[in-house]
Amino acid sequence: MATATATDFEVRRNDSLGLRLQHLLHGNPVLGPLAVLIVAIIAFSIVNGRFLTATNLSLVLQQVTVIAVLALGQTLIILTAGIDLSAGAIAVFSSILMANFCVKAGMPGFIALVLGLACGTAMGALNGVLVTRIKLPPFIVTLGTLTIFFSLNSVVSNSETVRGTDMSSLMTWTGNSIPIGSFRLTYGSIIMLLLFGYFYYALGRTAWGKHVYATGDDIESARLAGIQTSRVLFSVYTVAGLLYAVGGWILIGRLASASPNVGVEYNLDSITAVVLGGTSLFGGRGSVIGTLIGALIVGVFRNGLQLGGVEVVWQGFAIGLLVLVAVSLDQWIRKVKT
Amino acid sequence: MTTPVLQAKGLTKRYGRVVAIDGSDLELYPGEILAVIGDNGAGKSSLIKALSGALIPDSGEIFLDGKQVHFRTPMDARSAGIETVYQTLAVAPGLDIADNLFLGREERKPGVLGSVFRMLDRGHMRAEAKRHMSELGVATLQNIGQAVESLSGGQRQAVAVARSAAFGSKVVILDEPTAALGVKEGNRVLQLIRDVRDRGLPVILISHNMPHVFEVADRIHIQRLGRRATVITPKSHSMSEAVAIMTGAAEPPPEAAA
Repeated sequence: MATATATDFEVRRNDSLGLRLQHLLHGNPVLGPLAVLIVAIIAFSIVNGRFLTATNLSLVLQQVTVIAVLALGQTLIILTAGIDLSAGAIAVFSSILMANFCVKAGMPGFIALVLGLACGTAMGALNGVLVTRIKLPPFIVTLGTLTIFFSLNSVVSNSETVRGTDMSSLMTWTGNSIPIGSFRLTYGSIIMLLLFGYFYYALGRTAWGKHVYATGDDIESARLAGIQTSRVLFSVYTVAGLLYAVGGWILIGRLASASPNVGVEYNLDSITAVVLGGTSLFGGRGSVIGTLIGALIVGVFRNGLQLGGVEVVWQGFAIGLLVLVAVSLDQWIRKVKT
Repeated sequence: MTTPVLQAKGLTKRYGRVVAIDGSDLELYPGEILAVIGDNGAGKSSLIKALSGALIPDSGEIFLDGKQVHFRTPMDARSAGIETVYQTLAVAPGLDIADNLFLGREERKPGVLGSVFRMLDRGHMRAEAKRHMSELGVATLQNIGQAVESLSGGQRQAVAVARSAAFGSKVVILDEPTAALGVKEGNRVLQLIRDVRDRGLPVILISHNMPHVFEVADRIHIQRLGRRATVITPKSHSMSEAVAIMTGAAEPPPEAAA
């Protein structure tokens, strides 16, 4: 009996081309964003010969680095079916705190850095507590903390920019670079790539990663399966806070200063990168590799359109269109039938 | 007479003035499939929740292998060896079969890789998952690395049942395992339930489906008005007699069948 009914459990295959594509993207969600990135690179290098030069590509990577680190934290949260509107606020506020610990409080660079990172982590943990203890929707929690962090940011900074030259050299170290031919790889970019490597591992090969996916997929099922979902959610928001603070550190290196007035757009840009990378806003589906590709897509489009002579206002238009296409695609892939 | 694997004595649970279970008893013996049937509101799900730790009874006692136990959470029951397959299955659709089998109790690699880097022993878990699935006659799944959402309802049920059979050392409780399935898949899951019993794990099966209950159960516990009305066997009574007892249309026979 056990073997006679074996065919009952075969998966039925459908042969229509659209459905096969749907299945392919469902199984390998990174393929879509990767195709977009490659097509964009080819198109922009045809339009302008300067695009593919090492100098320009290192500029793209530098422009992408901060957003990519924020998007990494954002990915963790979106994988749990949450959202973090305060990503940019935590990054910028952390950078202001580090700079002021260093300059106003006169702390050594290392101490200022560690304290700044700890503050970012605490801000993430606050989001985590509000989401798991008070059980508010992440959208509302982070909308509130976004406003609070930006307001505190203005208070602490007195709306003044701290110049990089006044800080310890450790603060701006992330902006230093290693030349590889005429390509300049900043330490910030190296940190970013290491972080992506680490979280690729943590999400795919550790129990914590499996629990993040399971919690985002179906929180009630995850709880019944014995996962402490509140603990998973809290850890995700806290780790994201730390990542945003690292993003803030890299931001100081990139700008050679700590400015309270940058980064308003980072909140949404980090979500854009995640969505373009094929991670589903409904949770449980996506990858950090996708997010890295998503961040690169944003960077390549901004840079390529600029080189192509497209005005800044229309760059936003193009990226907005891309986001809508990506989300529609996600909806379609989600409806996969077996 | 043998000691019951799982025994409940005089379980009571009140919600305000509503009495969900009113001094209910239950015995599960080694190597049997005990079906629990009852009308809506008869207290069968509360009874099962008390046994699986999802509900703390106001009074009454639960014995596992003759020793009294006090479950305060589902995890307590689980670590005591009672596995429950909930109606919602508690699977993560996006994760693969092996991941789901080990969800919540993943195994790490031995040595530094496991202790410091917390690396999962994916190879071992996949091999184990394959073994458990094939022991239950569901080895036909092409790929143990297949996402659960690409499986049919019956296959998902098979994954959930395999998980409980793999980790349950004492008792497996199945809540309406055939409710959402077609005829063919329903029969396949019934066979799975028999396979679990034949491997030596007693099963408590909660079901509304009388033909299914009469097909697989060794004994049938009929719950009525918050307590056990009687225990019958598919041989001693017909389906319509069981329904009559369940609804109160007929007097329950004295508990001789147990």
